[in-house]
Amino acid sequence: MPRPDAAPSGAPAPGATVPRSLQLVPKAEGRLTAKDFKSDQEVRWCPGCGDYAILAAVQSFLPELGVRRENIVFISGIGCSSRFPYYVETYGMHSIHGRAPAIATGLAVARPDLSVWVVTGDGDALSIGGNHLIHALRRNVNVKILLFNNRIYGLTKGQYSPTSELGKITKSTPVGSADWPFNPISLALGAEASFVARTIDSDRKHLISVLRAAAHHPGSALVEIYQNCNIFNDGAFDVLKDPSSRDSSLIRLEHGQPVVFGANQEYAVVRDPAGFGLRVVDTASVPASEIITHDVTVPDPAYAFALSRLSGEDLSHTPIGVFRAVDRPTYDELVRGQVTTAQAKVTQGAEAELASLLHSGDTWTIL
Amino acid sequence: MAKQVRQLDRVVIRFAGDSGDGMQLTGDRFTSETAQLGNDLSTLPNFPAEIRAPAGTLPGVSSFQVHFANFDILTPGDAPDVLVAMNPAALKANIGDLPSGATVIVNTDEFTKRNLAKVGYDSDPLTDGSLADYTVAPVALTSMTVAALQDFDLSKKEAERAKNMFALGLLSWMYSRPTESTIRFLERKFAARPELAQANIAAFKAGWNFGETTESFAVRYEVKPAKMAPGTYRNITGNVALSYGLLAASVRSGLPLFLGAYPITPASDVLHELSKHKKFGVTTFQAEDEIAAVGAALGASYGGALGVTTTSGPGVALKAETIGLAVALELPLVICDIQRAGPSTGMPTKTEQADLMLALFGRHGEAPAAVIAPQSPADCFYAALEACRIALKYRTPVVLLSDGYLANGSEPWLLPEIDELPDLRVEFATEPNHELPDGRRVFWPYKRDPQTLARPWAVPGTPGLEHRIGGLEKADGSGEISYDPANHDKMVRLRAARIEGIAQDIPPLTVDDPDNDAEVLVLGWGSTYGPIGAACRQLRARGVKIAQAHLRHLSPLPANTGEVLRSYQRVVVPEMNLGQLSTLLRARFLVDVISYNQVRGLPFTAAELESALEEVVKNA
Ligand SMILES: Cc1ncc(C[n+]2csc(CCOP(=O)(O)OP(=O)(O)O)c2C)c(N)n1
Ligand code: SF4
Ligand SMILES: [Mg+2]
Repeated sequence: MPRPDAAPSGAPAPGATVPRSLQLVPKAEGRLTAKDFKSDQEVRWCPGCGDYAILAAVQSFLPELGVRRENIVFISGIGCSSRFPYYVETYGMHSIHGRAPAIATGLAVARPDLSVWVVTGDGDALSIGGNHLIHALRRNVNVKILLFNNRIYGLTKGQYSPTSELGKITKSTPVGSADWPFNPISLALGAEASFVARTIDSDRKHLISVLRAAAHHPGSALVEIYQNCNIFNDGAFDVLKDPSSRDSSLIRLEHGQPVVFGANQEYAVVRDPAGFGLRVVDTASVPASEIITHDVTVPDPAYAFALSRLSGEDLSHTPIGVFRAVDRPTYDELVRGQVTTAQAKVTQGAEAELASLLHSGDTWTIL
Repeated sequence: MAKQVRQLDRVVIRFAGDSGDGMQLTGDRFTSETAQLGNDLSTLPNFPAEIRAPAGTLPGVSSFQVHFANFDILTPGDAPDVLVAMNPAALKANIGDLPSGATVIVNTDEFTKRNLAKVGYDSDPLTDGSLADYTVAPVALTSMTVAALQDFDLSKKEAERAKNMFALGLLSWMYSRPTESTIRFLERKFAARPELAQANIAAFKAGWNFGETTESFAVRYEVKPAKMAPGTYRNITGNVALSYGLLAASVRSGLPLFLGAYPITPASDVLHELSKHKKFGVTTFQAEDEIAAVGAALGASYGGALGVTTTSGPGVALKAETIGLAVALELPLVICDIQRAGPSTGMPTKTEQADLMLALFGRHGEAPAAVIAPQSPADCFYAALEACRIALKYRTPVVLLSDGYLANGSEPWLLPEIDELPDLRVEFATEPNHELPDGRRVFWPYKRDPQTLARPWAVPGTPGLEHRIGGLEKADGSGEISYDPANHDKMVRLRAARIEGIAQDIPPLTVDDPDNDAEVLVLGWGSTYGPIGAACRQLRARGVKIAQAHLRHLSPLPANTGEVLRSYQRVVVPEMNLGQLSTLLRARFLVDVISYNQVRGLPFTAAELESALEEVVKNA
């Protein structure tokens, strides 16, 4: 099995400005292009599906990673979105419903020389796979999770999902859903994810900037991507796309910048004196010093959580961008560190070591 | 006065007490002394599921049985010759298993009115004559221990706690066991608190000296070493042997071992054991649940590691879908099921063999996997190696069916030479393996080895072999998604043929039929090997003809299985389930096997098998 320490000449030199998340991944020799990441498989999503735009954005972003194509792996669950790996010319596994984070965890821990990505849907990640998602996030394993949220079950033809609005009429809820939805960002922050971001299928530039931040983050990254399912939930994110509503709904988070939005920055986010969170006010009504300056590194997830609570079910006041990016030890680094420390003490070959182990404890010899 | 020394061929001792009394440790130490002496031995721990059931109650009783002999033995013994009962509950819970004439050593200090009432004794069994059939040796274990430790700076409670060492000392004297290993053990165990080490050693010696000086024990026994094959031995439990087998497979394959596990009795000890051996490059991952545990193991396996998951029945149920994925992906994966009594939570600390059908068929679709079962605690080492060998060579999930009895039971193990263990090295794919009509060389992930039908294992990081695999049906060869009816039919048959083909690569079923004239064959699998073997010996010693065979591979079955079954007039299959293997054999081979079943959470006794088998022989 290719070992990271035996990485060929293309491997990044120590000290080079390669992010920690990619330091052990062998570097590509030449510059790759988006075309290098297109597989020969015919893409089979419905015409007009938001998944196409995400695929194109990912394919155009991957060369930027600068790592060898064969060292990138996409692992998905089940759903329309989870067909994704078939279309990307890297290693890939289309696994089973909800379990991709678990499979990716094993792969990422075993293989530090890989850049491991998970592609999942709102049903896949938040319903059947909810447990694996929160544990992958709290552990902080070096996997990047792209959650395509179309607020519906696409592949099974249109049942409501854990992100569908209360009262949603679907095939399985003819008089409206009675389930209170998850906010995936709030959920991830509750699990103390070290990197949490949201983006949207229709804004390629933004999507790529978020992918870049995720790729550079050491540890688990959750990227929620709002994705239009034009067959079963068309227009779910129109408020965020329609020129008439978009400016007053979308809050673009920028690290180090005041959190203001609106066509003329007429809205601002400030602490809510009445509660524990944040609220939206008219920019003109508050002194500039009261406006929150966005900081992705705040250690307490409560800040990013408060940001995530600004958006209601109707998507009014929806922040996009990176909510949180804090540096903490990753599970795979810690685990590998323990193994490396133990191995450093070994003074003999594996077979001799095994013989010593078998002969340890109380033994007796019969002649 | 020098005591009389009497020679015995074999002895079965059961240590029983409250779960807080340290009976497992006492049994372990006695076993270790016995191993040092060179007896053959076999042990059976039996403990409650509760960590600390209320003290002095029947559910709180924990016991450890050890059988040792001057010849090779196969079981921990049907019935104890000696019972050490640390309290009334231990006496009440175990006395029913004793044959008349057996010796009972009781800790009289615990036989108070209150303790007797707690377990429903209306009168004191030590004085009411109800133990008349036994030789009762009353010993004030607790108070003598406290007296022996009066010079130590210990609380009364701490001193009392050493009573198990007093008992161990007494029994070690009675059976002339060497004591050095226990003294060394106590020094090591209490290295951080030397005064406790010294106190425990003092209690141990006091027990020994008590035996030596008291009038109550007039006779001392000796059991001479057994004739065993030359070599170095250690005593080993099934779970430790299994862990070592997995480590050995990692060493012999050169692949790092990745264990994904979620704690569950009686499998957790494998996770505990392997987590200690990181220097072998082992990664142990305690997952959020069994599904994640097997998923991570499969992910590691996809990356070129030796992916293993360990669990018990409830966990196997949860892993089913992922094992099915491994069947579709055709990747190596080892699933160790340390079976326990079910259904549902059942009796977690008790043994059973009722997951056979689950291992063979517990997945949707036609999802064949290899299944193998160890037959004794030490054999878990070789079974683990064999499971890994099959998984790696045939790129398939393999289920290893151990059970609670093998997991916690122990026996002496003749240590193998490492270089004589099977060579498990594998070759990863490194190059395109297929030429298209236009002359281009490409990688086909499902182009099989014609011999083994295994597909190439191309791990991520291999340049030029980028490919996608998944749970969707794949076209034979190219591995592309396919819904073609003929292709699916072919792939289903190919996956089955790949598993069936392993039969050419495993030893044939051998039959132990000393004079080749038995009419009845007894066929077992897994942990029943010991009791079946002991029963056969006893029958043969009385001139009863019986043949014995034991299955290690349950999927595929050895190629000659049908032939063996058909060459006997009757075939009896004893199982700790309601007849799962017999159902399978009847269906596969149309042989009218007789099923002999018991599901009491305990291994068969040799005696009950002996009479059941004799019945069949008589009517054959
Ligand atoms: C164990 C299991 N249960 C149910 C299904 C059926 N199923 C497939 S995809 C899916 C929901 C997918 O929804 P989502 O994750 O939102 O993906 P989308 O199709 O919307 O991209 C379901 C219920 C399955 N494949 N496996
Ligand atoms: S059903 Fe919806 S999510 Fe699925 S491919 Fe069609 S448009 Fe896309
Ligand atoms: Mg969806």
